[in-house]
Amino acid sequence: MKTRYSYGGDEHIFVEVDDEMSLDAFFKALSITGAVAEKKIPGVTEICPANASFQVKFDPDVIAPETMMETLKSLEAEAAETPNRMTTRIIEVPVYYQDPWTHETLMRFRERHQDPAGSDLDYAARVNGFASVAAFIEAHHANPWFVSMVGFVSGLPFLYQLVERERQLQVPKYLRPRTDTPKLTVGYGGCFACIYSVRGAGGYQMFGITPMPIYDPTQTVSYMKDFMVFFRPGDIVKWDPIDRAEHDRIEAAVRDGTWTPKIAEVEFDLAAFNADVDGTNKRLMEALHAG
Amino acid sequence: MPAEIEVIKPGILTTIQDLGRPGYFHLGIPMGGAMDRLAFEAANRLVGNPEDAAGLEAVFIGPEIAFRSDATVAVTGATMPIRIDGEEKPGWTALAVKAGQTLSFGYLQDGARIYIAISGGIATEPMLGSRSTYAIGALGGVGGRAVAAGDVIPLGEAAGAAEGRSVPEALRRKPGSPAEIRVLPGLYWHRITPASQANFFADTWMVAAEADRMGYRFKGGRPLEFVPREPPFGAGSDPSNIVDGCYPYGSIQVPGGTEPICLHRDAVSGGGYFMIGTVISADMDLIGQLQPNVKVTFIEVDMPAALAARKARAALVEEMRAALA
Repeated sequence: MKTRYSYGGDEHIFVEVDDEMSLDAFFKALSITGAVAEKKIPGVTEICPANASFQVKFDPDVIAPETMMETLKSLEAEAAETPNRMTTRIIEVPVYYQDPWTHETLMRFRERHQDPAGSDLDYAARVNGFASVAAFIEAHHANPWFVSMVGFVSGLPFLYQLVERERQLQVPKYLRPRTDTPKLTVGYGGCFACIYSVRGAGGYQMFGITPMPIYDPTQTVSYMKDFMVFFRPGDIVKWDPIDRAEHDRIEAAVRDGTWTPKIAEVEFDLAAFNADVDGTNKRLMEALHAG
Repeated sequence: MPAEIEVIKPGILTTIQDLGRPGYFHLGIPMGGAMDRLAFEAANRLVGNPEDAAGLEAVFIGPEIAFRSDATVAVTGATMPIRIDGEEKPGWTALAVKAGQTLSFGYLQDGARIYIAISGGIATEPMLGSRSTYAIGALGGVGGRAVAAGDVIPLGEAAGAAEGRSVPEALRRKPGSPAEIRVLPGLYWHRITPASQANFFADTWMVAAEADRMGYRFKGGRPLEFVPREPPFGAGSDPSNIVDGCYPYGSIQVPGGTEPICLHRDAVSGGGYFMIGTVISADMDLIGQLQPNVKVTFIEVDMPAALAARKARAALVEEMRAALA
């Protein structure tokens, strides 16, 4: 990992912990942003962690850019000492793969796609060397995922698959981004899954849809009464494949206020995960099903 | 009579804005707020409001608004004929309106966005500390959206303002022609060749049709050439791809190396395209006044120049405050 610092104009410092994605880079970025927050540096107005990088917005009338830069560099050294361990949540997120809504949308934007003849899932299965879409879908939900960034638009989570790099699924983004994506689409671009929190533009491949709202500005959804954004970095997600009937049942229950996602508190230790991926994932799943 | 206004015609896109909701960008919720803050703050000052009171931002076409109570109103920003009950009135000036009168506008002559401040300010419900409209996230505004015909919008209590005063011509900052936008290179600047770095600043660009509160796209310059590399894991194979990271406000991303996009007040907080640098804070107001098809050149500056420009903008604000005190 090689940390690279850059100014984003006179109000931001952009720090790329590594130019490639890894959980090590994520944890390092999270540690440094945690240290920045703890320091309560006068002039810092926003701290935004990302997958393998982060950004700090500051007021240069309060703190000179070069002072801000030096402060962040000194915190990097401090953060290198912190253990890569966290108490977090594992959440089961229902997914209706190959749903009619994302299918309608992907057909509408077919000319922007690498493979205009097939579907996004056909393409993703093929470029990842799977014999069938069903086998690709199985690989998509067999292991848990890690929320490595929240952003793009309101509360959208980026998720990184908790498997060894050789087993990571990767797909390119659309050749040209779509102008429309159904709300709650489960998407994929680069090595990241996402859930589109709201309807709008998007460039990720579309695999399915979840009936579970993750952003609620009205704060009426039962599990978002405290805050309108559901996800936070470090959350762990287990996709739960469902069919149309189950999708509709959950959607109605969300409206009635009688549905909440299955959530359990878990410890995630990066060293333990790197030492035993399957064992760690098994333990995470057991915690989810016990919870 | 309650202090309120009624929207007769909304124009193309008229939104309630204030100085925004900083503090939530790490969740993908942008600060939002007026695109041209200098003009916005001037409008508020003219009508005796605090600078962060909520007003209206209208792009390209002005709204038509009926007043249900007496008020002071000021219109700043773009040049557009201003009419009260059909009678033409000056811009950048505190104007008296009576209950029952209508404010309307003629065709846009220059700039892109007008700001309408009304004494007392707009008093819709703030969300996450701001009344600014962020339609994608259904925050602020009227029920999370832009204003529509028939909306009745409440106003706060007016402090009482001196009518007839105006912002001196010298304090009205507008983009020149071609507009010169100052940029601090950085972020992923090293990803393009030295020839492309030079071309970016040498070329004349044009504002594309996709130019809105989220970002401004530019076209007409030479495509960028990338320094060859092995794509980093997780970034995607296109040379313009990065592992999805944060986007600074004002940062200029160039998807596919062809059309630069400068992110503005309603920016997406991050994504997977490399950025070549960032528009300096002092020039963000100017971008908000660019119409599609106008010419733009990007001027390369260093940090001391960016900070000097920031200071000059702050001095202008101080002068305006003094002029309207």
